[in-house]
Amino acid sequence: MSLFSDSFVSTPVIRPDADVLLEIRGLHARVEDKAILKGVDLTLRAGEIHAVMGRNGSGKSTLSKVLAGHPAYTVTAGTVTYRGQNLLELSPEQRARVGVFLGFQYPVEIPGVSNLEFLRVATNARRAELGQEELDTFAFEDLVRERLTVVQMDPAFLDRSVNEGFSGGEKKRNEILQMALLEPLVAILDETDSGLDIDALRIVAAGVSQLATADTATLLITHYQRLLEAITPDFVHVMAAGRILRTGGRELALELEERGYDWVDQELASLELG
Amino acid sequence: MTTAASLGDLVSQPYKYGFVTDIETEKIAKGLSEDVVRLISAKKEEPAFLLDFRLRAYRQWLQMETPDWATLGYPPIDFQNIIYYAAPKQRDKKASLDEVDPKLLETFEKLGIPLSEQKRLTNVAVDAVFDSVSIATTYKEKLAEHGVIFCSISEAVKEHPELIERYLGTVVPSNDNYYSALNSAVFSDGSFVFIPKGVECPMELSTYFRINSGDTGQFERTLIVAEEGASVSYLEGCTAPMFDTNQLHAAVVELVVLDDASIKYSTVQNWYAGDENGVGGIYNFVTKRGHCRGDRSKISWTQVETGSAITWKYPSCVLQGADSVGEFYSVALTNNHQQADTGSKMVHVGPRTRSTIVSKGISAGHSANSYRGLVQIGPKAVGARNYSQCDSMLIGDQAAANTYPYIRSQQPLASVEHEASTCRMSEDQLFYLQSRGIAFEEAVSMMVSGFCRDVFNQLPMEFAAEADKLLALKLEGSVG
Repeated sequence: MSLFSDSFVSTPVIRPDADVLLEIRGLHARVEDKAILKGVDLTLRAGEIHAVMGRNGSGKSTLSKVLAGHPAYTVTAGTVTYRGQNLLELSPEQRARVGVFLGFQYPVEIPGVSNLEFLRVATNARRAELGQEELDTFAFEDLVRERLTVVQMDPAFLDRSVNEGFSGGEKKRNEILQMALLEPLVAILDETDSGLDIDALRIVAAGVSQLATADTATLLITHYQRLLEAITPDFVHVMAAGRILRTGGRELALELEERGYDWVDQELASLELG
Repeated sequence: MTTAASLGDLVSQPYKYGFVTDIETEKIAKGLSEDVVRLISAKKEEPAFLLDFRLRAYRQWLQMETPDWATLGYPPIDFQNIIYYAAPKQRDKKASLDEVDPKLLETFEKLGIPLSEQKRLTNVAVDAVFDSVSIATTYKEKLAEHGVIFCSISEAVKEHPELIERYLGTVVPSNDNYYSALNSAVFSDGSFVFIPKGVECPMELSTYFRINSGDTGQFERTLIVAEEGASVSYLEGCTAPMFDTNQLHAAVVELVVLDDASIKYSTVQNWYAGDENGVGGIYNFVTKRGHCRGDRSKISWTQVETGSAITWKYPSCVLQGADSVGEFYSVALTNNHQQADTGSKMVHVGPRTRSTIVSKGISAGHSANSYRGLVQIGPKAVGARNYSQCDSMLIGDQAAANTYPYIRSQQPLASVEHEASTCRMSEDQLFYLQSRGIAFEEAVSMMVSGFCRDVFNQLPMEFAAEADKLLALKLEGSVG
């Protein structure tokens, strides 16, 4: 089925005793008739921060959407197991409720829907799954005001419609605020650094670092390594042509920065020639 | 299943008011003639002035042609193939509810409008109209203590002919348009409200219109008068059974407000809309107009239009009194093959008159939804102001939304603002909400409610939740 052997990209382990939160095996997916993911393997353990890097079109954004259950993508082969549960069987909302979070590259604007109310409904959906009591408007306001500090966001954003008229940086902060409220166990952040100026990047990165604990796993999807200067990953994966081509530590990101992505193409070509 | 497909499933929920009540009905023969007009008037034992009013309207109607300027497509209506009078068989209007056919009470109860003393809605007086006649009006005595008259228009013709003669047809002249002429000739029943000077109506008033017969037209007539300093909030609701033929509904509503008086008129229209292929449904041709005769008077129209195969309706305000205020808040939802051409007319006559139009159109399926509105500022309307906002939301890629604003100003010292927007409820927006743990149906509902909030905020509190639910039902099904 694949030119690659399964052992090619087994994820190294730093804390073998940590719980496996997310296990992706031989994942293939397509959008319409176009195959995009062609056998992705990845294991995320509690306490780990992973970065997936790659050119545009390498499939890294698709990977994030497939994990979140976007209806435009069809999984054609492979498995994704989240804490022993088949993630692919769950609807997008169920995935969110059980603790898988996707931070969007381009968060959409939803006019007319109050950001505060949206955050409250989302938070309560997650809390219900955890068997926690529902927060009323007042209790939720207390919580959200506390979590706003994670991303240094102005409370005025709560009174606006979801993302409507937010700048690029404000949208990304709103994403991290959602993450802070939903307290996911697996956070997938798709190009969270794109469109951010230096200050916003620092704030967002600090927020993500603060939320990455010993119990959670974080998957950073990024094109550039500048985000990785602010958040140190335990593993860096290079993605190309729908699969993970190489896995290494922090130094792999630096190598990419130095050499560009051209060598990836060469490596890929040589592999395909077999 | 793609999101688009599931959206399609959601918007095609069955209509839950589609049942027919099996009841013996007195109907006259199909067709319209001068004799039919005389027969209707005779059946209702009307005074001469009213028969004259009807006959004049009938003769005007004969000279008129059906309006063709709306963005609506439908085969010509055969006006000779309609029954113009149908009434459930019972002796005269009942003195007490105990004498009303239990089947009728049951029907209204099934529609969520219990009429009996024990179950009736608290704080809302209801006039229940079944086909061509008013069945019952609740809380009449309590209202009478305040001098408020709330009854069927047939009853008002008998009990308060001087008020009817004084006000009927003074806001919507019978020859205003084709359908107002038709209604003036053959109207059967409807509600009459009179709030005397200085009285604030102590409760919400409501009329519930139910079409039951398959081949009958419904032509109701509503007249509301608020004297100096009086105020009232009135709500109408409408449903009809499912038939595979189209029924004609041509109503006329007239509002009159004198100095410092106000009327708030809300509509939740849920006539049968036809099936998913566009077969059947109500043709809804309605003329609604309010006249702010007095200084500082106010009329506010709020409508939630979700039903009917065709909606042709432009609730309007003539702002004659100085500093008078007109408002129009509308949500129109169309689905499948429904067509709606709706909006408002604000006619500014007096100085410093103000009007606001907020229209929200939601189009799903293969439907077409048009806003059509006129803002007219006359030469004497110094300092008049209008603000209009028309927003459209498209669901799926087969629906159409149009906005036709007309602005005519003869007054240089007036200000008119118009804003319009169109958006699409996108798969990405829904996915975004879902990916935060919000269920698909709730996500749709959140977006629609958010889109309509400016209008729902205007509904009386008791009905705002109902309207929200109705839209949710039309779009989702799990609610209700």
